[in-house]
Amino acid sequence: MQALTNRKQQVERKPMTVWEKLYLPSIFKGMGITFSHLFKKKPTINYPEEQRPFSSVFRGLHILNRDEEGREKCTACGLCALSCPAEAITMEAAERQPGEEHLYKEEKYAAKYEINMLRCIFCGLCEEACPKDAIYLSQTFAPANYGRKGFIYNKEDLLIPDPNTDPEGYEKAKGDIGKNIK
Amino acid sequence: MAEEKKLFKVTIDNITIEVEPGTSILQAARMIGGDIVPPTMCYYSKLKNTGGYCRTCMVKVAAGSTADPRPMPKLVASCRTNVMDGMIVENITNPAVLEARKGVVEFLLINHPLDCPVCDQAGECDLQDLSYAHGTEGSRFEFRKRTFERIDLGPYIQLHMTRCILCYRCVHTANQVAGQREHGVLDRGDHAQIATYIRESLDSEFIGNVIDVCPVGALTDRTFRFKNRVWFTKPVEAHRDCPTCKGKVRLWMRGDDVLRVTGRKDQWGEVEDWICNDCRFEKKKVSDWVIEGPTTVNRHSVISQGHYTGIKKPGETFEPLMHRKPKLLMDIHAVSNVNKVDLNNIPGPATGKTFNGDPLSMGNNPTDVKEGVGRNMAGTDSTNPDTP
Repeated sequence: MQALTNRKQQVERKPMTVWEKLYLPSIFKGMGITFSHLFKKKPTINYPEEQRPFSSVFRGLHILNRDEEGREKCTACGLCALSCPAEAITMEAAERQPGEEHLYKEEKYAAKYEINMLRCIFCGLCEEACPKDAIYLSQTFAPANYGRKGFIYNKEDLLIPDPNTDPEGYEKAKGDIGKNIK
Repeated sequence: MAEEKKLFKVTIDNITIEVEPGTSILQAARMIGGDIVPPTMCYYSKLKNTGGYCRTCMVKVAAGSTADPRPMPKLVASCRTNVMDGMIVENITNPAVLEARKGVVEFLLINHPLDCPVCDQAGECDLQDLSYAHGTEGSRFEFRKRTFERIDLGPYIQLHMTRCILCYRCVHTANQVAGQREHGVLDRGDHAQIATYIRESLDSEFIGNVIDVCPVGALTDRTFRFKNRVWFTKPVEAHRDCPTCKGKVRLWMRGDDVLRVTGRKDQWGEVEDWICNDCRFEKKKVSDWVIEGPTTVNRHSVISQGHYTGIKKPGETFEPLMHRKPKLLMDIHAVSNVNKVDLNNIPGPATGKTFNGDPLSMGNNPTDVKEGVGRNMAGTDSTNPDTP
């Protein structure tokens, strides 16, 4: 059979020599490799003080987007829930009433919006399906939690901060979504 | 001896069929079935005098008849043209027909708002299907679209004139099915709109059928408004003993909730039996109905999504093995905030209040035609910036 790599070696089943039976030389050789790593560059980082940069196409925790006037973009059309292969998204729609025009962009909005992060597989199909630019996968991931309850994210957890009242939080949450598009 | 009936032989896209005299090309094509059937937006076989407005069913007649085999000079509307003996019709085999249909779709979409994410008709909308199948990717129309404020026609029906393509189906339904008509097309040209005279609401017993015949989301069910998306509800055939109509309906259910009742639509999107307002709007409990079974939905329809059939759920393995109940299980219904409010209790759209403490409050339309408020009296003009 043809070998996959050129490093293939036949296993030798000869009895060990005296030098090999001493074991100590092999132990020192192994320890030498171990201690040599002390002087190499550390590949680990001190999370959470130090954080690795994510790739610009990283698919992390969802955010529900607002427009530049701070109105929610989501119209509860249900296409994200339809496209979701894990069936993680549920929502309930409500009609925008007169006087709520500054809160919601369209005639219909999502009164309830929930993503079950335990089910979510972060495939990004909801982002692809959204016709209103309302949902994005941001460059963070869901923080660890002791209970499962904490992974049911409702609309308040997912909504991006209002750009009018909290412009810094808005920019931070948005990251470089939509900026590195070529 | 009974006289032999003369049948006309007509060839549509190289398929020959013999039909009775007086059959339209469209009906002959429907007898053949399949891909060669021209799409229709305004023609409705259950109503008289429909067809001829929308021009989506245009076909090429390559030979008029055996007696006069000259081709017809222009494309003809197949719903309004009767077959002749020896007629040769080209629909999808003729690129000119497909090109013309593309143009017709672009025309129909000129004033259509394309607010499908908001519209309740999305998923079962004829215009949506048509533009996916025959339309172009973009529109070349770069002017203001005409807009109207939405109007309640009575307590049950919502008219969203912006979405209307003026197919006149609802007008014919009101004339022929409901018996009395209080709405019609007012104004003309770009200003034309389906409207009632002020303070008139539609209150015939069968007027709810205008919702079913509407090919777009212009006439929608107010009791279903924004409750759910069509494809998340499960269609079920049901019937009841109704004194006014046959009572054969299709229920759109979610769990045990009947969210919407419509007539049963056949493969051409036409209802089999007209149903009365009582069945459509008032009977929203499972106990009102005798359920016959789930509707067979076309596999390619979005409505078939998530409607699994023949599921075999695997049994729970924990208890038989461990002889105790699992200690750390999360019931999603205990955590989730969704589905806490029974939307079936309100006969209109939910609002923010409905979910925040007042489960019986619902949205009322600011433009109520009965009060005479908000009716777009000036007409709407895409060239006039002052109109809404």
